[in-house]
This record gives sequence, structure tokens and C-alpha cells, in this order.
Amino acid sequence: MSGAQGSYYLPNPSAWPIIGSIGLFTLFLGFMLFLNEGTAGPWLMIFGACVIALMLFGWFGAVISESEGGLYNDHVGMSFRISMLWFIFSEVMFFAAFFGALFYTRALAVPWLADTDLLWPGYAGGWPTAGPKGPMPIDADTAVSDPATQFSTIGPWGIPVLNTFLLLTSSITVTIAHHALKMNARGKLIFWLGLTVVLGVVFMYYQAAEYHHAYTELGLTLGTGVYGGTFFMLTGFHGLHVTIGAIMLAVVWLRCLRGHFKPDNHFAFEASAWYWHFVDTVWVGLFVFVYVF
Amino acid sequence: MATAEAAHHDEHHGHPTGILRWITTTNHKDIGTLYLCFSLTMFMVGGLMALVIRAELFQPGLQIVDPHFFNQMTTMHALAMIFGAVMPGFVGFANWMIPMMIGAPDMALPRLNNWSFWILPFAFTMLLASLFTVGGGPAAGWTLYAPLSIQGGMSVDMTIFAVHMMGVSSILGAINVIVTIFNMRAPGMTLLKMPLFVWTWLITAFLLIAVMPVLAGVVTMLLTDRHFGTAFFNPAGGGDPVMFQHIFWFFGHPEVYILILPAFGIISEIIPTFSRKPLFGYTAMVLATAGIAFLSFIVWAHHMFTVGMPLAGELFFMYSTMLIAVPTGVKVFNWVSTMWRGSLTFETPMLFAIAVVFLFTIGGFSGLMLAITPADFQYHDTYFVVAHFHYVLFSGSVMAMMGGAYYWLPKWTGHMYDEKLGKAHFWLNTIFFNITFFPQHFLGLAGMPRRIPDYALQFTEFNVISSIGALGLGLSQLLFVYVVFKCVQGGKKASSEVWEQPLGLEWTVPSPAPYHTFETPPRIS
Repeated sequence: MSGAQGSYYLPNPSAWPIIGSIGLFTLFLGFMLFLNEGTAGPWLMIFGACVIALMLFGWFGAVISESEGGLYNDHVGMSFRISMLWFIFSEVMFFAAFFGALFYTRALAVPWLADTDLLWPGYAGGWPTAGPKGPMPIDADTAVSDPATQFSTIGPWGIPVLNTFLLLTSSITVTIAHHALKMNARGKLIFWLGLTVVLGVVFMYYQAAEYHHAYTELGLTLGTGVYGGTFFMLTGFHGLHVTIGAIMLAVVWLRCLRGHFKPDNHFAFEASAWYWHFVDTVWVGLFVFVYVF
Repeated sequence: MATAEAAHHDEHHGHPTGILRWITTTNHKDIGTLYLCFSLTMFMVGGLMALVIRAELFQPGLQIVDPHFFNQMTTMHALAMIFGAVMPGFVGFANWMIPMMIGAPDMALPRLNNWSFWILPFAFTMLLASLFTVGGGPAAGWTLYAPLSIQGGMSVDMTIFAVHMMGVSSILGAINVIVTIFNMRAPGMTLLKMPLFVWTWLITAFLLIAVMPVLAGVVTMLLTDRHFGTAFFNPAGGGDPVMFQHIFWFFGHPEVYILILPAFGIISEIIPTFSRKPLFGYTAMVLATAGIAFLSFIVWAHHMFTVGMPLAGELFFMYSTMLIAVPTGVKVFNWVSTMWRGSLTFETPMLFAIAVVFLFTIGGFSGLMLAITPADFQYHDTYFVVAHFHYVLFSGSVMAMMGGAYYWLPKWTGHMYDEKLGKAHFWLNTIFFNITFFPQHFLGLAGMPRRIPDYALQFTEFNVISSIGALGLGLSQLLFVYVVFKCVQGGKKASSEVWEQPLGLEWTVPSPAPYHTFETPPRIS
């Protein structure tokens, strides 16, 4: 332990947590009403999201000014770093639930369903599948004539492999930016970090285009049986995390423009970069298990 | 041991007072108090629901509530007790004790600590409000099994979102605990010098971070199956309702240890103090805790033996479950060995600790019986299971928390609690607990199913006994509340040590512990 523990920064009472709770509650309440045809639902959701945004601005703003004001020593920084790593671990486990669902259905549930003639006689199983009552799969990347009876999947060697390349490159560029920050090469830092954000945004654009393609031409939707469900939930939650990661990096980029961060003290940069590597790694898992195999 | 640079003056310049103090506080002791009060409140709410269940089961036939409401009560009782009473209760202990035990000035992330708590009242507002919606509250059991939960009304959505909020709260709280333990220890407080309560919480926090997201994932699948047309749990679309159980119990079994490991920690603090001996086999205790945590990830399907798994699966989960008896046996052995030839006295905390060792072991043995796959086909979904998990959860987790509360109340409040009333509470509680739950073993073995508001006539006598016990058990908790309030109000001044030469940094600071404890870290020799 560092001997500087006596000066560990302890924040004063803060209203941001309770504001966050109110926002979270309102958001969920609105969502629940929206799902159950309550007219106030969407408005409550918007209000809740705004309150959460306010909380994020206020809370992170307070942390940034405390950090730039020199209130944090290395010991506090270490607390932040450890907590970020464990937060990422919790995200890994969230994705693990959906990967688990994918593996379980593919390896066990679908073959069992196909093997027994008791429930759905004649169901052949296989992967991709939308189940015995769903549309039948046809070759990948083929436009379907009737989405009620057919669906197609997105093959790996078109945009997905390009997206893999984009994200892997962005992991390299953020690392270059990190080295630049450590050497205090600010121009280089801003260029490579900016490029990382751009790569993330391009990835999201392609992903959105793929979704549009899937919905309008391939007959592949969230409701396309267990294939559609696992596909869109996995890639959708990944896309959400790319969005969050890109926003984090963009905020860090803006802070770099303002001259924040020092070569030896830049927790927010590191945390965002770690998070970015995490979404990158998840994508590689998705590419292998959702698209290729 | 350390000398505490004690009594930092309790002035908070410009800090809010009154209700705002509690809402905005970043102090680990304030937040610990909030958690404990919340836990006690939910304990009473969940207890009232249990009394509704026992009132209906007092006699065969349907008398008091309709079956649908009965189902809501079994569901909500479990949710309130697990997520409202036991988990927040232990976080309350963690907040109060971990910084004091490791010589830290506070939790590592105080604002986040505040948020972890203040999500909970909102989550439970959502959950409890669902009882008043059209169609009533969730009634599919706390496990929310698909496809039954897919057919429920809007209350299921409220439950899902409440679970999401509790998950956020638990994950943030657990991260805080881990960071505090790894990064805030006083100089010289090496990992293997930490009190066992800190160790058990470290491992509990790891389990929380590992499995709460999995619960969030599975209830999210439930939500999309309900509203967005996915088919995770619908065979017509290629899904499988059994998959819900697999993912749920992948969360659910580590969750069971989340509910018990901090209890092991608490009694590992109490027993040495009143045996006047250091804990026997400290390192073995740490390793046993880690072993239990590891095993918790590979035993989940023992909750689903009757669901139709391949034989290899049944065997694997049977043997892995039985392995848990080894580290748990180590723990029980070490507690008993700590008492062996100790200079024992039987103050209220010690009574609770001994009762926990004894009664939890009964729950452990009935768990072993349930682990035997062929036998479980007989026990599954009967009152034997209900008896089993109340022996581990009530006479394990809850009674350990009561013991812990008596043990540390003098440190928290600066006053001794009323020993006579404390002992009276212990005996009433423990006797009524056994009257309530011991007969349920017999009911289950005889085949009475759980979660059913009516039963065959031959089960009447044991149910009458159980219901009378439940009423007594509920009433005896009023005495607990009275003792706690009385102790907060006043009483004999407590010394710094409170007990006779107890080990641990928390006993080196004055009672009540000053608002900021270790602003300069103590030195651990």
C-alpha cells in the first residue's frame, strides 16, 4: 500500500446518485408502460433518459474537475482502475449468458427437438433454424421471395469480415494513441484517437446497413425463431456497447483537445481503451461463432 | 495490533442534515445503516407475506386467500427475502465492517456506494407496486420459469425491471467491496491477515459480479420473448424452456453462496471471541470458501434433476454437488475446533453462532439428501425442499446476521444491548424456527408439494404445528426490533473492546466508532 493513504480523496455528499436512481426508475417505468400500452410510457422513457444523461454529465463533470484539480492521488487512480476491470468482467458475463444460449440451443436443444418425433414430427433441426414453426433457411446472402416461409442469413465474408477488420484496426489505433499520450505527443494522440472514433462510427454504420438489409431483403428479424433471436440479441447488445465505447472515446478525445490528461495520469483514457478492447474481443467471438460457424 | 488514531471529531462542515444527509451521504457507516434498516424493513414485509402463506396452510382447504394471491405471496416472499432482506443486509455489514476491519478511511468509491444503496428502494417500489396492478403481482415463483412467466401480466415486466435494478445495485456494490479490499488495506494488512469476514465478502463480491449479469441476461431474454417476438424459450421457434432453467440456475446456485458466505464470515468472527481462542485453521477456512465458490459454478443443474437431462448430466451434477460437502465440512469442523477447550461464554451473539453451526449443518445434510439424484425424484418440489432451504437461509444467513447485529451493535451505537432481552429473543426465535420448519421435513418426505395452497387431510397436523411456529417466529422478531431500537436509544456505555480481548481492528476504535475511522491508516504488526 502506498504511504499516501492518509490523503485518499473522500468526496463530499452528492446528489447525483439519487438523481441517477430517479432517472433509472422513470426510464424503466416508462418502458414497462410502453410495453403494456400505457400512453405515458414513451414520455416517461424520454424524461428518464434525460435525467440519466443529466446525471452522467453532472457526475462525470464533478469527477473530471476533481481530477483536473489534482485531488486524486495514485491510490485513488488505482481504485478506479481496479473497478473498471471488474466492471468489464461483469459485461463479459452478460455476454456469456447470450453466448451460452446460443451454444445450448445449437448443440443441445435443437438436435433434441429434431430427434424426438413426439413434439414436432418431421422437424429436421440443423443450423441456422427458426424452429419447426418458423420460416425455412435458404442460402446465405440471398434475397427471399416470401419472408413468411423463408429466411436467409448474413454470410461472414462480406461486410462482417470488413467490420472485423475495422474493429481490429481501431484497437491498434487506440493503442498508438495511448503510446502517443504517454510520450506527450499531443498531435499524434488527437489524430489516432480521432481515427479510432471514426472507425467505430463506420463500424456502426455498416452494422445498421446490415440490419436494414436483413430486415428488408433477407427476411431475417428478431422474430426469426431462435436463430434470429440469438443473432440480433448478440449483435445488438454488441452494437450498443460499441456505441457506448465510441461515446466514451469521443468524450476522451474532446478532453484531449482541451489539454486534459498527463503522460502518467490518464485514467479515463485507459478505461475507455480497455472498454474498447473488450467490445473488440466480443466482436471476434461473434464473428467466429455467429457468422463463420 | 494497531493503535488507532482515534476519534476524529464528528463535525461535517456544510454537510446536509436531516433526510438529505441520508440521501446524499458518502459515508460508509451511514450507507451501512441505510442498508441494514432497508434489510430489516424488507425482512418484516417478506415475513408478513410468509404469514399469509402459513395462515392459508393452517387448515386444509381454501380459507383465507384465493390460490392466485397465494402464488403471488410465495413469489414475493422469496424475492423480498432474497433480494430485499438477506443480500442488502450483508452489504450493510460489509459497509460498516470492512473499512474498519482493514484499516481503511472509507469504502474506495463512496459516491458509487451511495448509488448502490439508493437504487434499491426504487427497485422494490417497482416490485411491490406490481401487487396492485391489474391481475396482481408476479405469481410464477421467484425463479420466474418460462413458459409460465411468459404468460403473466404486466407485473412480470415490473419484476424483470426490478431485477435489472437490483442487479445494477449488486454489481456496483460488489465492485466497491472488491476495490476496497484490494486497494484500501492498511500497511501490513496482508491478504492472509484479513479477518475471515473480509475474505468471505471478497469471494462473495466476485460471485456477485460473475452471476448477476447472467440473471440480467436471462430476464432480458424473458422480456424479448414476451414482447419482441424472440423464441429463446419457445420450441416452436427452435428454443427451449429448459434453457431458461439452465441459465437461471447458473446464476441461482452461486447466488445461494452469495447468501451464505458472508454468514460464514460473521460467525467466524463471533466464535473465536467467545471461545477466547483464535480461529482454528484460518488458511483452511479461506481455501474452503474459495473452494465452495469454485464449485458453485458447476452444480447448477441439481435444481433440475427431474427436468429430463441425459444420465451423464445427472451423474455429473450429483457428484459435483456432493463435493461441496467437503469444504463445508472443513468449515464446520473448524468452528467446532475453535470452541474445543475454549473458555466459552454464551452471550447472545455466541448463542446465535452456535445455533447457526448446528442448524445450518442440518440444512447441509438435507441438501446432501437432495443431491442424490434418484432420491431427489421423490423430494423434488416438496416441502422437504422448503425445509432444506429455510434451514440454510433462515438458520444460516438470517440468524448469522442477527448474531452479527448483537455482536457489533455496541460498536455501532456505543451502547450495550439488553442482554436479557437478547437472549430471550434468541430462544424464542430458535425454538419457533424449529417448530415452523422441522415438521416440513416430514411433510415433504410424505409427499406434500410446495407452492400449493391446499393439501390432503393427512398433512393437517404438521401444517398446524408449522403455522403456529410461524406466528411465534414472526412475533419474536418484534422483540428483536425492540432490542435494536432500545440499544440505539441508549443503554450501558460500551467500551472500545466491548467483549473480552476480541481480535480485530474494529475493537481498537472507540464505541461508537467515529464518523471517519482511519483517516491515517493504522500499522499492522
